[in-house]
Amino acid sequence: MPISPSDTHDLVVIGAGPAGLAAAVTAAGFGLRVALVDAAARPGGQFYRQPAPGLGAARPEALHHSWRAFARRTARLDAQLAAGRVRHFAAHHVWAVTRDPAHWTVHAVTGPDGAQGRAEVRAPHVLLATGAHERQLPFPGWTVPGVVGAGGAQAMLKAGLVLPGRRIVVAGSGPLLLAVAGTLAAAGATVPVVAEASGYAGYARAPRTLAANPRKLVEGAGHAVTLLRHGVRLRSRSAVTAVHGTDRVEAVTVTRLDRDWRPVPGTGQRIPCDALAVGHGLVPQLELATALGCATRAAPDGTWALVLDDQQRTTVDGIWAAGETGGVGGSELAFVEGELAAYGIAHRAVRDSLRRRRDRLRRFARTMAAAHAPRPGWTGWLREDTEVCRCEEVTAGRIREAVSGLGARDTRTVKLLTRAGMGWCQGRMCGPAVARLAGQSGPAADRRPLACPVVLGELAGEQG
Amino acid sequence: MTRRRTPVDVVRAAPGPAFEIRLDGRPLVALPGQSIAAALWAAGVLSWRTTRRDGRPRGAFCGIGSCFDCLATVNGRPNQRACLVPARPGDTITTQEGHGHADLTV
Ligand SMILES: Cc1cc2nc3c(=O)[nH]c(=O)nc-3n(C[C@H](O)[C@H](O)[C@H](O)COP(=O)(O)OP(=O)(O)OC[C@H]3O[C@@H](n4cnc5c(N)ncnc54)[C@H](O)[C@@H]3O)c2cc1C
Ligand code: FES
Repeated sequence: MPISPSDTHDLVVIGAGPAGLAAAVTAAGFGLRVALVDAAARPGGQFYRQPAPGLGAARPEALHHSWRAFARRTARLDAQLAAGRVRHFAAHHVWAVTRDPAHWTVHAVTGPDGAQGRAEVRAPHVLLATGAHERQLPFPGWTVPGVVGAGGAQAMLKAGLVLPGRRIVVAGSGPLLLAVAGTLAAAGATVPVVAEASGYAGYARAPRTLAANPRKLVEGAGHAVTLLRHGVRLRSRSAVTAVHGTDRVEAVTVTRLDRDWRPVPGTGQRIPCDALAVGHGLVPQLELATALGCATRAAPDGTWALVLDDQQRTTVDGIWAAGETGGVGGSELAFVEGELAAYGIAHRAVRDSLRRRRDRLRRFARTMAAAHAPRPGWTGWLREDTEVCRCEEVTAGRIREAVSGLGARDTRTVKLLTRAGMGWCQGRMCGPAVARLAGQSGPAADRRPLACPVVLGELAGEQG
Repeated sequence: MTRRRTPVDVVRAAPGPAFEIRLDGRPLVALPGQSIAAALWAAGVLSWRTTRRDGRPRGAFCGIGSCFDCLATVNGRPNQRACLVPARPGDTITTQEGHGHADLTV
């Protein structure tokens, strides 16, 4: 694929999920020339993943809620693509954004796994709408085949129409679990139980925020009804503390937790299953932003999010952000923020109602994040031989030894001493856990030299 | 007993013709548009890689390209993320052992 440095636009949007999609179509509606760059083959992001065209799905919306909000934007996208105001660079993985005097240059590798070639697009404004990935906390057996991310199971189901097993336990924390359990059950899996490590009492402490977000309550009630209909039990204050089976999942042990997520001895219950879908909320993907020097803030769920002003501007001039990059908040908020950013970039006056909607949804997101934030007692799930870093196979015991025996106090030192977080995924899976074990109260904001893997030749500036 | 509902039923999919791929020589069926990982899951295969240190089995975990647990050797090329790469007729997938001669920097 040719390199195209001459491609200059008014705005490059990185990420075609709800946030990036809304921003791109709104900005194009204001007359801006927009490049929409996304790693996936089709727009939609993590939430609106669709079966590939070859699968001929007549009702892709059957695996989604609020499909209409998406369909409206994709219709506008199609119109803007036809009018030539938006160019969609699908299967483009952005690995760096650099600055020249007048422009930002967005560097991408192309192809499904980024191995086909490279491309560059330029613009005076860049919107970071790169979304999030799942947060994982380790526990004995979480590397056994059949243990999959909860969002991952959802993504594989929506895009590939497959399930990791027939009897799937769902566990972890956060509202995504309910959606995942509902979708898996609707698609034919038996879900014996959803184990939520938190309780739901946290929501009750914010009655005004709840009352201001009736649609969120309806959404929650919708999930509850789906679960009830499929006979899915919801157990709060419980976690999977062991996976049984060596080459694949045969059963899991679900244990009651105290308020701090410490396992209550003697409460373990063995539940037969052939897969486990697990996740503990989402972590904003900030590599590109932190490499650019955008300031971050600690979010109530223990993750880092970008500092944004009222217009969705980051602290770096010309770099904007929307959706999960500004703190995990769900697809509805992502749509609103994408739209708001487009107003700002195009210098258009914003309706007050749009801003109020964002503020209301942001407040709800904060309540939700606080209610499901991991509590420190989860480290009590670990055995000495539990792998924490999946890539480098570093155990909890070795990390603890680095901390207590060798005096490591932060993720960086632990990494240097043990290689935890130095493998393929660059700590995306183990980062939050390693930080906790190193005694950091929260993880450090992601700093990775590259946002996605790049063939060495690309870095050297050769054609890959 | 009635047949179980499947994801294909739920979205009323009418996939194009299924085709064959091979995992370590064993023929499997894939549907057009499925990633290699999806085709393997559909065949009940959950692992297609062994780890470098302990030789433990691994397969797809994050499902979205961020964990690298699903690495496979596809048509002789190692380190392909099976959850991202679409399956094509005649693909040969080999269980990847160890680091598969990484030529990537991360
Ligand atoms: C695996 C997973 C499954 C989820 N499932 C659900 C669900 O079922 N229901 C629900 O309500 N919420 C779900 N969520 C949460 C949901 O994704 C978000 O609430 C919502 O999609 C946020 O929208 P966004 O636009 O901020 O980001 P996303 O939808 O995450 O979109 C980000 C986009 O950026 C692209 N991207 C990221 N980095 C790069 C890069 N370097 N180069 C190029 N492109 C890049 C990605 O390919 C993606 O398309 C899920 C999240 C994850 C991680
Ligand atoms: S399953 Fe995580 S990268 Fe493919």
